[in-house]
Amino acid sequence: MTFETLWRKHDFRSVADRIAAKTTADVQRALGRSRGNLSLEDLAALLSPAAAPFLEDMAQASHQRTVERFGRTMQLYAPLYLSNVCGNICTYCGFSAQNRVDRLILDDQAILAEADVLAKMGMQHVLLLTGESPRVGPDYLVHALRLLRPRFASLSFEVQPLDVADYARFSHEGMNAVMVYQETYDPDAYARHHLRGPKSDMGYRLQTPDRLGQAGVKKVGIGALYGLSDWRAEAWFVGLHLRYLEERYWRMRASLSFPRLRPHEGDDALALTSFGERDLVQAICAFRLFSQEVELSLSTRESALFRNHAFRLGITSMSAGSRTNPGGYAQIKPSLEQFTIDDARSPAEVAAFLRAQGYEPVWKDWDGTYDGQVVERPVVEAQPC
Amino acid sequence: MNAPLTIAGVEFHSRLFLGTGKFGSGSLMHDSLAASGTQLVTVALRRVRTDGASDDLLAHLESNRYRLLPNTSGVRDRREAVLAAELAREALQTNWLKLEIHPDPKYLMPDPIETLAATEDLAKRGFVVLPYVHADPVLCRQLAEAGAAAVMPLGAPIGSNQGLASRAFLEIILAQRQVPVVIDAGLGAPSHAAAAMEMGADAVLVNTAIATAADPVAMASAFALAVEAGRKGYEAGLPSLAHEARASSPLTAFLAQGG
Repeated sequence: MTFETLWRKHDFRSVADRIAAKTTADVQRALGRSRGNLSLEDLAALLSPAAAPFLEDMAQASHQRTVERFGRTMQLYAPLYLSNVCGNICTYCGFSAQNRVDRLILDDQAILAEADVLAKMGMQHVLLLTGESPRVGPDYLVHALRLLRPRFASLSFEVQPLDVADYARFSHEGMNAVMVYQETYDPDAYARHHLRGPKSDMGYRLQTPDRLGQAGVKKVGIGALYGLSDWRAEAWFVGLHLRYLEERYWRMRASLSFPRLRPHEGDDALALTSFGERDLVQAICAFRLFSQEVELSLSTRESALFRNHAFRLGITSMSAGSRTNPGGYAQIKPSLEQFTIDDARSPAEVAAFLRAQGYEPVWKDWDGTYDGQVVERPVVEAQPC
Repeated sequence: MNAPLTIAGVEFHSRLFLGTGKFGSGSLMHDSLAASGTQLVTVALRRVRTDGASDDLLAHLESNRYRLLPNTSGVRDRREAVLAAELAREALQTNWLKLEIHPDPKYLMPDPIETLAATEDLAKRGFVVLPYVHADPVLCRQLAEAGAAAVMPLGAPIGSNQGLASRAFLEIILAQRQVPVVIDAGLGAPSHAAAAMEMGADAVLVNTAIATAADPVAMASAFALAVEAGRKGYEAGLPSLAHEARASSPLTAFLAQGG
């Protein structure tokens, strides 16, 4: 069985209706549960309209549980776009194949130039991204890992879904995690927004976290792209997916992200569903109460004002200083960005803000050694005490 | 002042060991460590720069004041643990190691099989190994035989603040100890630490309860007092618990008179 089998047992519209029918009593019951004992029905209650009057209670509890587990710390990371070449046509993405814009695949020199800028910013956790194309397939990605591995503590991928053997190979080469967002768990919306290319195979994408678990990858990031369908049902399916992965691949850590659709090239005709900042806060808090240990990430898609307030509601990692076009940090040449960021502050500015709020910005919370990195070092004899 | 504790030939006058994670700032951590009076602090290898670059966390630790106990938090098996240990020895210039192998990211439960194997390997490589384990009396004996310098059984799930949930097993571990026993994880209040010391623990390790307190410096001081009081009570000889009142006219008093 894979998650796809489980997903097929739940009709998206029925889930949305069930969430809409949740009552105040359901919400109170969920809020009264002890830590670690919230069911998927409790998650549905916390995501429902009935939970709206309890948002402050949820925020307080979410903050408290996050501090208990993660302390007053915030992991900082940066995306590094290696390519914007993509064979998919997706209605919501700036990299979509039908957009007539310059395409770029970073070569070694450009990758290292980008790495230098990120390293100077203090970044040690880097997320490598590409569009979907055979031109940036496993061999290209392994080569990028080998180039970057000595320079950063943690390297993660957000690239096209691949096979178990590819993921095992990446892990062997020092990759720490893979982010693979389903975009939408609503099959109608999925078909509506993924018009052409390998990404139109919804089943293959749904099974990707299973393949990561089978390959022994240490961490998976899942999530929905909020704005494509009913956000409450999307979030519930993310919860279903999370719990499935926790049970089946218990060694694999998980993180969730909350991307909301942002303006991008070619988006004129895109009809978005509503997912406001209040909704986003409700989703963040609901997930924290559902899982005290899951890592929750907030990107620069959100405004500085929102991030300055939302970071203490359950978030454990934030990107900063992001560029969403290949070569964007070293400004190698103008290229298409995937989406427009909102919070344009530098990592140093974000870190200074966090410090002023009593939070420690964490630049490094991993070590390449844990991913099997063996650096050539002189032999050191054991020292007597 | 309590009697000193000796681990691997090193004497500690404070029996309170501290973690360095979860603090809101380096200076808050620095002040909390100072207030606790600790002499041994554990540092997650994953959090510090191991490439020679300056490190913010280490910059707030006075190296002449505290012995560093690097920990392997994040590793999942013996192979990764050994790699991490060798890196820690080189990067932090110490052969002391808090061995943490927890493949389960949800509850961070220590893996007894991998921990025992890694302890044996690391002890042979010259490390002073303090393994973090379940409150498992047999495992603690095996670890001592494998070369552990001390054992660190958990009081409760890490970060849970539940106190001495494993008390019944800790009592057995303490009764048959062959190496010092440091109760680690789950101690959420100074009273938990005092209770652990009254039971006869050689030391306790605390992080979450101090780092996430509203006033970490004051909480560090409170834990220091609790540990000292608990140990003093243990050394003074606590009276055993009586569950029934003792009769003032004992039934066997006549025996003493008759001889």
